[in-house]
Amino acid sequence: MKNRASVITMTLYLLFLLIPIYWLVNMSLKTNTEITSTFSIYPQTLTFANYITILTDPSWYMGYVNSMIYVVMNTVISITVALPAAYAFSRYSFMGDKHLFFWLLTNRMSPPAVFALPFFQLYSSIGLFDTHIAVALAHCLFNVPLAVWILEGFMRGVPKEIDETAYIDGYSFPRFFIRIFMPLVASGIGVAAFFCFMFSWVELLLSRTLTAVDAKSIAATMTRTVSASGMDWGVLAAAGVLTIIPGALVIYFVRNYIAKGFALGRV
Amino acid sequence: MDKTQNNKAWFLILPVLILVAFSAVIPLMTVVNYSVNDTFGSNDFFWNGLGWFEEMIASDRMHAALGRQVLFSAIILAIEVPLGIFVALNMPKKGFWASFCLVLMALPLLIPFNVVGTIWQIFCRIDIGLLGHSLAAIGIDYNYTNDALDAWITIVVMDVWHWTSLVALLCYAGLQSIPQAYYQAAKIDQASRWSVFRYIELPKMSGVLLIAVLLRFMDSFMIYTEPFVLTGGGPGNSTTFLSIDLVKMAVGQFDLGPAAAFSIMYFLVILLVSWVFYTVMTTLDAQETK
Repeated sequence: MKNRASVITMTLYLLFLLIPIYWLVNMSLKTNTEITSTFSIYPQTLTFANYITILTDPSWYMGYVNSMIYVVMNTVISITVALPAAYAFSRYSFMGDKHLFFWLLTNRMSPPAVFALPFFQLYSSIGLFDTHIAVALAHCLFNVPLAVWILEGFMRGVPKEIDETAYIDGYSFPRFFIRIFMPLVASGIGVAAFFCFMFSWVELLLSRTLTAVDAKSIAATMTRTVSASGMDWGVLAAAGVLTIIPGALVIYFVRNYIAKGFALGRV
Repeated sequence: MDKTQNNKAWFLILPVLILVAFSAVIPLMTVVNYSVNDTFGSNDFFWNGLGWFEEMIASDRMHAALGRQVLFSAIILAIEVPLGIFVALNMPKKGFWASFCLVLMALPLLIPFNVVGTIWQIFCRIDIGLLGHSLAAIGIDYNYTNDALDAWITIVVMDVWHWTSLVALLCYAGLQSIPQAYYQAAKIDQASRWSVFRYIELPKMSGVLLIAVLLRFMDSFMIYTEPFVLTGGGPGNSTTFLSIDLVKMAVGQFDLGPAAAFSIMYFLVILLVSWVFYTVMTTLDAQETK
């Protein structure tokens, strides 16, 4: 009896989650005249014209390319600097470690809106405005703390005896770290990378503020098109669907760790 | 785990410190700088002391935005936390359907914030949206672009749609860590469903639940993109939350001084609340490992 109630609850909840997404997909497969003239819950005349528009127009698909570039840059930078730091936090106690750990978390908590303008001025003054690296560095604001926290959570689970044995066997620290320790926390690195990728991918405010033309992100391309070319709902919906795909593709691989990642490694 | 005392660990932290100093401390100091200076337009700054802070603390605009923000965060937490727990309790425990639910539930979390806004815009418009159209068809007067209440409801439902899964996923992870023996013991004692929840599941979930509340509070308190895309802060100012107001002030009107003072107070509020949560969290952690 209880089981059936659970099934019904879950079905309702998942429907609630999926219907708006379905509607977006539905819109993306319609022509604009059909969207505005008739109301139907599935496309009457199936068309891929909206997708073709996006995939053939450089001002659209370059948005995806730009986003991908800065997202990957950000992920690589974040993980590289976060690895040694997370190791230090998980293994050693040192002066100010707790304060530092909390200070890192505060950066994850700071509203991007507070930083938008100073970032704009900072990167303009050092000539990085409208480059991919500017957005990648700006996103480090919240991704580096996130990566440190997630990795620290995973590293805590690795027994300290392994480190000690490796040192007795004569491994130097860098060699031990790369050859022995990193493979042990590989799943943690994967999860941290996934979350850096994701939070950089979904962020709009900073990427829009820091780019104009050359490095314009897909999120910014979308908002500007809404205001500029009026109501091109079909193309807008298609662009939306295409932004969901990267997340949807990789989510399967991290499904068992996703809660741990969202909890900043604290589950 | 007991840790080794070693101050050389600072060297391992150094890269992070440099990077975060560049991307957080320098911008933050710029903000502090603006907040105590006034300008006549060009790059001519002069000392204004705490003038901007006094002005912002007394301004109705900030009070209104802060009030809306607090109300919004409170509503969000009141809906999402119980709903998330409820969903987590009903999730399949293992096997194919558990993975299936996990993947589908995580989907909204991975959608870019502005696309979330777009999805709900398309979903709720009266002319083309499924929801807007259906509500109009059964005779409910609904228009989120004109009516403040409708706009609020739409934004709250959107946020519930977007983030409830986060709470549910975290609670689910907490529930998974409860050994089966606990349930068996409860069964022998003939504990009711409610007391199983109250005395076994809730205490075991308290850690993750705290993280969930912390994250939801933080993120709802700095919400910007979704309402910006959906309503643009309107109708009027009815859905202008702190971040939206701040960006309007700083980038739209270029009122740097007030905006900077506003930013700092905004940041301090978040910092204070987060610190309280963090302290409770670490205390609980310490108790558990004892």
